[in-house]
Amino acid sequence: MASIKEQFEIPGRLKTWAYSLIGVGGAVLLYGMFTKGFSSDEHEQVHFWGTLMYNTIFWTLICNAAMFFLSFSAMAQAAWMQSFRRIPEAISTLVPIFGGITLMVLLYIIFGHKHHIYHWLDTEAVANDPILKGKTGFLNPTFFVIWTTLTITLWSVFGYRMRQLSNQADVAPMDATTAKAFNIQSMVRSGFFLVWFGLTVASTIPWLWMMSIDAHWYSTMYSWYTFASTFVAGMALIALWVVYLKNKGYLELTNNEHLHDIAKFMFAFSIFWTYLWFSQYMLIWYANIPEETVYFKHRVQGPYKGIFFLNLIINFLAPLLILMKRSAKRNYTLVALMAVVIIFGHWIDFYQMVMGSLMKEHVELGLLDFGILAFFVGVMIFFVAKALASKPLIAKHHPFLKESIIHHT
Amino acid sequence: MAQKKFVVGCFDDEAVLFPAVKQVRTAGYKIKDVYTPFAVHGLDHALGMRETSLHTAGFIYGITGTTTAISAISWIFTKDWPLNIGGKPHFALPAWIPIIFELTVLFAAVGMVLTFCYLCQLAPGVKKHHFHKRATDDLFVMAIECTDKTNTDDLLALLKANGAVETDVQVAEEDWWFGTYDKEEKLAGQVSM
Repeated sequence: MASIKEQFEIPGRLKTWAYSLIGVGGAVLLYGMFTKGFSSDEHEQVHFWGTLMYNTIFWTLICNAAMFFLSFSAMAQAAWMQSFRRIPEAISTLVPIFGGITLMVLLYIIFGHKHHIYHWLDTEAVANDPILKGKTGFLNPTFFVIWTTLTITLWSVFGYRMRQLSNQADVAPMDATTAKAFNIQSMVRSGFFLVWFGLTVASTIPWLWMMSIDAHWYSTMYSWYTFASTFVAGMALIALWVVYLKNKGYLELTNNEHLHDIAKFMFAFSIFWTYLWFSQYMLIWYANIPEETVYFKHRVQGPYKGIFFLNLIINFLAPLLILMKRSAKRNYTLVALMAVVIIFGHWIDFYQMVMGSLMKEHVELGLLDFGILAFFVGVMIFFVAKALASKPLIAKHHPFLKESIIHHT
Repeated sequence: MAQKKFVVGCFDDEAVLFPAVKQVRTAGYKIKDVYTPFAVHGLDHALGMRETSLHTAGFIYGITGTTTAISAISWIFTKDWPLNIGGKPHFALPAWIPIIFELTVLFAAVGMVLTFCYLCQLAPGVKKHHFHKRATDDLFVMAIECTDKTNTDDLLALLKANGAVETDVQVAEEDWWFGTYDKEEKLAGQVSM
């Protein structure tokens, strides 16, 4: 293993890209914040804070999906991903950063009493509304703030503990006893993350953060739908970094056998997402009850029609048809292209989930959205590169590494 | 339906089998097949077999299923026998998706099973020569086709040098036949050295 390039050095061009994206995006963000976010017009306020909200939630959740990937792999004692495990680790270091932004935005909305975003913040309206009254046990500012803070803190803490454990694989070769203890320890630590992930991403958090925008409406599919959306985009993000590092001549031990399995996740979870999309849509369409169809009315028959079906085409048809073939999943260019398409597609999905409820009358997808997206992409590139450079790219004493090197799909 | 001469080498370890396959192939011999007790990853590549076309067939069957479902249901519910079901439109696509999906899966699954049986020449009553009984238990059995020019002694020596635990020469039916394993076949098969 003498010839392995263990240390990632951040290329100048990557830094330039990160700085310019942060610069341009940050400028748009600040401009939007002062012209729209702090303006007296409620419509403008909703436009800005809604846009910032769906971007920050999206990026927090897809970076958290990287830690979810590491955790379920550790729990299943999976070996195939060990040769590139430092990439999801690096991506997951963004959870505290994006999580912090999310927390600030959500706390601003709660304490700034933005009831045009969360209707249930309006105490007077809730008091006269039997449906919202019945939900106050769950939809109240106190619970929202405590649960959100706890969620982001524990994601960060459990993720940090997983990464700390992984550092042990850099120190010294492990004998059988140490390796066994290491493996059990990593299963225990991933267990904490997975249980907390189930209680948050797979259930309460999407209800609180996004579904409660339509305070009267509810869907039992919503959290899983959000989870599927962020998980498939998270896998796509991992794929992008793998392809990037391979291009730069790193990750010698990762090859198209590993890429094939990453692309399988992208393919399979695109279909899983569609399954949930359809299950949510079809039941509501079939039952045709006004209190449920209210969510889809302006999305399917109103101004969001185009985005709604575009969403289905780029998140279902494109991955289904393009990633179906074995040779496509083993092709670096095609996987990278599809990863970009999938991340963009699920970003659009989040756009219609949040903005589709906040601004029902017209679609204003434009400079503000892409500017804020650029800001988040820039921050993501900057911190992932920094985290990758902070420790060896290969966990060279990991007990499962050999199994990963000889991985065969 | 022709009898052919085969040189058979048996291996008891995958790690020995792979280099042996490579050696035999570089020496220019034609391997008919390697019979293994379980699926061995990468063996098809080592043997230089082409990618199976089973998936392409599966895709075509699936598309056929989708088309069949869409055209049948839409014809029935809009032209042949339109019914008012809960005030839904006659062309009620969302409600049909599950059936379209099921029919896609059914066509693909049944079609692929049948194609698989055809490609592997599997059917009730079809018999094939067994090069070694332990191929289904613990031996990796390599059968090499002989031509007029093949020097069997050289080949046997090559197999032994590459770690074959058992070798022999068999004259056997190369294709399938319909019927039973009779005495003659057993005798013809075991012309061992």
